[in-house]
Amino acid sequence: MKIGTPKEKYEGENRVAMTPDSAVQLQKLGYVCLIEKGAGAAAGFSDATYEAAGVTVIKTAAALWKEADIVAKVRQPDATELKRLTKGKTLISFFNPAGNEEGMEAAKAKGANVIAMEMVPRISRAQKMDALSSMANIAGYRAVIEAGNNFGRFFTGQVTAAGKVPPAKVLIVGAGVAGLAAIGTSTSLGAITYAFDVRPEVAEQVESMGAEFVYLDFEEDQQDGAATGGYASVQSDEFREAQLAKFRELAPEMDIVITTALIPNREAPELWTKDMVEAMKPGSVIVDLAAEKGGNCKLTVADEKIVTDNGVTIIGYTDFPSRMAAQSSSLYATNIRHMMTDLTPEKDGQINHDMEDDVIRGATVTHEGEITFPPPPPKVQAIAAQKKPEVKELTPEEKKAQEIAAFKAQTKQQFTLLGVGGALMLLVGLVAPASFMQHFIVFVLAIFVGFQVIWGVAHSLHTPLMAITNAISSIIIVGALMQIGSGSFLVILLAALSVFMAGINIFGGFLVTRRMLAMFQKS
Amino acid sequence: MDYGFTTAAYVVAAVLFILSLGGLSNQESAKRAVWYGIVGMALAVFATLVGPGSGLWLLSLLLIAGGGLIGHYVAQRVQMTEMPQLVAAMHSLVGLAAVFVGYNAHFEVLNVAEMFAVSDASKDVLFTGLGGFAKLIAKKTPAEVSILHVELFLGIFIGAITFTGSVVAYGKLAGKVTSAATKLPGGHALNAAAAGLSLICLIWYTASGGFFPLFLMTLAALFIGYHLIMGIGGADMPVVVSMLNSYSGWAAAAIGFSLGNDLLIVVGALVGSSGAILSYIMCKAMNRHFVSVILGGFGGPQGEQMAVEGEQIAIEADGVAAALNDADSIVIIPGYGMAVAQAQQSVSELVRKLRAKGKNVRFAIHPVAGRLPGHMNVLLAEAKVPYDIVLEMDEINDDFPETDVAIVIGSNDIVNPAAQEDPNSPIAGMPVLECWKAKQVFVSKRGQGTGYSGIENPLFFKENTRMFYGDAKQSLDKLLPMID
Repeated sequence: MKIGTPKEKYEGENRVAMTPDSAVQLQKLGYVCLIEKGAGAAAGFSDATYEAAGVTVIKTAAALWKEADIVAKVRQPDATELKRLTKGKTLISFFNPAGNEEGMEAAKAKGANVIAMEMVPRISRAQKMDALSSMANIAGYRAVIEAGNNFGRFFTGQVTAAGKVPPAKVLIVGAGVAGLAAIGTSTSLGAITYAFDVRPEVAEQVESMGAEFVYLDFEEDQQDGAATGGYASVQSDEFREAQLAKFRELAPEMDIVITTALIPNREAPELWTKDMVEAMKPGSVIVDLAAEKGGNCKLTVADEKIVTDNGVTIIGYTDFPSRMAAQSSSLYATNIRHMMTDLTPEKDGQINHDMEDDVIRGATVTHEGEITFPPPPPKVQAIAAQKKPEVKELTPEEKKAQEIAAFKAQTKQQFTLLGVGGALMLLVGLVAPASFMQHFIVFVLAIFVGFQVIWGVAHSLHTPLMAITNAISSIIIVGALMQIGSGSFLVILLAALSVFMAGINIFGGFLVTRRMLAMFQKS
Repeated sequence: MDYGFTTAAYVVAAVLFILSLGGLSNQESAKRAVWYGIVGMALAVFATLVGPGSGLWLLSLLLIAGGGLIGHYVAQRVQMTEMPQLVAAMHSLVGLAAVFVGYNAHFEVLNVAEMFAVSDASKDVLFTGLGGFAKLIAKKTPAEVSILHVELFLGIFIGAITFTGSVVAYGKLAGKVTSAATKLPGGHALNAAAAGLSLICLIWYTASGGFFPLFLMTLAALFIGYHLIMGIGGADMPVVVSMLNSYSGWAAAAIGFSLGNDLLIVVGALVGSSGAILSYIMCKAMNRHFVSVILGGFGGPQGEQMAVEGEQIAIEADGVAAALNDADSIVIIPGYGMAVAQAQQSVSELVRKLRAKGKNVRFAIHPVAGRLPGHMNVLLAEAKVPYDIVLEMDEINDDFPETDVAIVIGSNDIVNPAAQEDPNSPIAGMPVLECWKAKQVFVSKRGQGTGYSGIENPLFFKENTRMFYGDAKQSLDKLLPMID
C-alpha cells in the first residue's frame, strides 16, 4: 500500500507528517512512501533528501490524495481535503473529533477510516504514538524560550562586577507534559521555578524536575488523577477559590507565568485573572499555552502577543510546535510511524485495522462508514491508583479491647476443642479395652510433643526435616522384625521385604539429611 | 532378654527422636540432631532384635545391610535438585512396608485363632511354639481383637494410599508422569466411591475377620492414592509431599497400635504431626484450604479478573549487568525454574562476585517456592550460598522499597501482585513477595507463558520490570562476565 503526506495547507503550519528518516522505517514495514512537492521545505527537509530516502515526490496535492491509500498529515483536514477522501482510504491526522462533527460526517459519508492522533489513549503501550505528549513537550520548551525572548532580564541570578542580578521567578501552572517540559527548561536556565497542579500526586514529579510545588491549604477529597486517565478534571468552587487566592498572593513576585491548564473537551479554565495581571511587575511575561481553547488568562489573544497597560507581555501563540518545525516534525513523524507499526503487525505493507486493539480502537473516529467516536473507555488504567488511606492508628484502649476480645475468642475456642475432645475420649474409653487406652494416651501425648517440636523447626530446614522424618518413619522396621520370627512362610516373606525396604529408607534418609545439612554454611 | 530392657531402650530411642526433630530449629544444632536420630534408630533396631519375639536375626541383619547399601548408594548419588523425587520415593517404601506389616498382623491373628480352634491343650503349652507377636495376640480378649482389626485395617488403608500416592508423586516430580492435573471421568465421585467401599469393608472385616474384605479395601485404597495424586498439579507438590509424609507417619502409628508397640506409636505420631504442620504451612503460604489443594485444581474465578494491559519489555544481559553494577542492594527471588535449569551454581557465582564488590545481596524465599518445603534453601546451600543471607518472606518483604534491583529467577505466582491488587484473582489473598516495590525488577523466564496457576502476572507488565528471556542458567552465564 502507498502512504502519502501532502503539504500542510493551514496558514503558518510548518510541520510535516513524514520525514526522510520516518520514510525509511515505513518502507521497512512494506509501504511505498509519497510526498507532495515542497511539503517538508518549511521544516527544513528538501525534496532531494526525500528522494534520497526512496520517497516519490508528487507534484500536486490532488494527485497525491488520489494515489495514496493512507494519508498522514498534521493539521485537521479542511473541506477540500475531506472531499478528496474515498472509500477505504485511511487518514491519520489530528482531527479534533469532539469539535468537528461535520468532519466526521464527511469522512463517514465517504467511507474513509480516520485515525485521530489526539485520541491515542494514555497507556504505557501507546506512549510511543502519543502525539499530544510529544507536541506538548515541544510547546513547553518553546514557551520558556518565547518568554525569555520577551523578558528583559536574565533567568539566572548573577553577581557581577557591574552589580547583582536577582534570578527570575517563574510560575508554571499545570504540570502535564507541557508543564513538566517547561519546568525542566526553566530550571536549567537558572530561574527559581514554582509549579502548581490540581493533582497533588504530581508533586513528586515536579520536585524531581527541580521546581518547587505550590501546595494549597485546602482540605477536600483530593483528586485521583488515575480516575480520569491522567488528565485534570473540573474543580469544585471552594477549591477554585483557594487556588485563585494562592495565585493572587504569588502574582506580584512572579516574573514569568506559563499557564498550561487544559481540561479535555472543555474551554480552558480561567486561572490568571485580570487583577493578577495588574498586580504583576512591568516587564513580566505571561505565556498562555491554553490560548487555543480560550486561554487561562482572559486577556490572552490567540495567536498574538499583546502588552497590557501596566507593561505585562501576554503571549497567546498557538503554534509553538510549528515554530520548531524540524524538531516537531521528526517527533510527529515518529509517532505516525509507530502508529503504522501497530497497524501493520505482519510488516507486509497491508493495514490491519484491528478494532479489538485498545489503542487503535481508541484513536479511530470513523471506520468503514461508521462514526466510532467517542471510544469506550480503555480496559486498563495507565496511572497507578492513589494510595489507599492508611489504616487508622488504634488508641491504646481500643487495642486493649481488641486483645481482650481475641483472648476471649481463643479461650472459648480452646475450651470448645477440649470439651469436644474430652467427650470423644470418654466415648472411646467406654467402648475400648484398657490396653488400647494405654497406647492411646501415649499416642495423644506424642502428637502434642510433635506439634510443639515441629513449630520450632526453621523454614530453611524443611527439606532436611522431611528427609529425617522419612528415615524415622522407617521405625516400622521394628514391627517387621517382631514378625519375622513367625512360623508362617508368607509372614516371613512379607516381613523380610518390609525389613529390606525400611533398611533402604533408614540409611538413605539419614545419609541424605547429613549430606544436606553439611552444605549449610554461614558466611 | 525381657520386656524390661526392650521397653527401656524404646523410651531412650523415643527421646532421641524427639531431640532429633527439635534440633532442626537451627542449622548448627541440626548437624548434631541427625546423630541423635541415627543413634535412636540403631538402639531401637538392636533392642528389637535382642528382645522377645524376634527370630531369624541373621536374615534380618543381612536384609538391613542390603537395604542399607542401596540407601547409601542412593543418598550419595542423588542430585540436590532431585530431592523431591527421592523423598516421595522413600515415602512409598514406608507405605508399602506398612501394608505388608499390616497383612502379617492379619495372618498372625488368623493363625492364632486356628491354633486355638484345633487344639484344646492349655494355652501355656501353645505359647512356647508361637512367635513373639503371636504371643501378644493370643493373650487378647475378643473385644481387644476387634479393636486390633480396626487398627490394622487403618494401618493398611493409610499405608496403601501412601504407597500409590507417593509413587505417582515420584513420577510427577521426576517428570515420568505428566505433572498436569489429570482425573479419570467421574472425578472425585470415584474417590468417594472407593472410600465408601473401604468403609463397608471395615464393617465387614470387623464382623468376619476374613481376608477378602481386607484385600478389597487394599485395592480401593491403592486406587484412591493413585487417583487423588494424579488429580493434583505439579506446583501443589510441596503440599502433597508433606501430606504423604504425614500419612506415612499415621500408618506407622496405626500399625504400632495393632502391634501394641509404643515406640511405633510415638514415632508415627511425631512424623504424622510433622507432616501435618508442614502441609498447613504450605497451604497457608498459598492462601488455600488444605481440602481444596488435595481435591485438586483452583476454585473457579469469583468474578471478572482484572485485565492486564501493557507491554512486557525485554532486556539483554548487558542492560541487567549495568543495573547490577550500579545497584547497592539486590534481592534474588529463586523459584522452581532455577531448579529446572540447574542454575544454582551460576546464581551462587553471581552472588559471590556482587558481594565481593561490597553490595548487599540477599535471597528471598517464598514458603512454596520449588516442589518441596525448603527446596530452594537446600539448592542454595548446595551451591555454597551462605544461609544467613537467605531470608524468609516475612523477614524481607518490608525491605523491597529500599532495594535497588530485584531479580526473579524462575518464579511466577509467588511474585504475582494480583494476589494483593485484584480481589477476583484466583490467588487473591495469597501472601506474595512484593518485589515490584523494588526500584527495578528483572525477571529471568523462559518465555511469555503464564505460571502454574494459569494466571497472568501483572508484575511482568509493570514499568519497572524488564524481562530477561532465556534459560536461567544460560542467561546468568551470559551475565557473569559483564559484572566487574
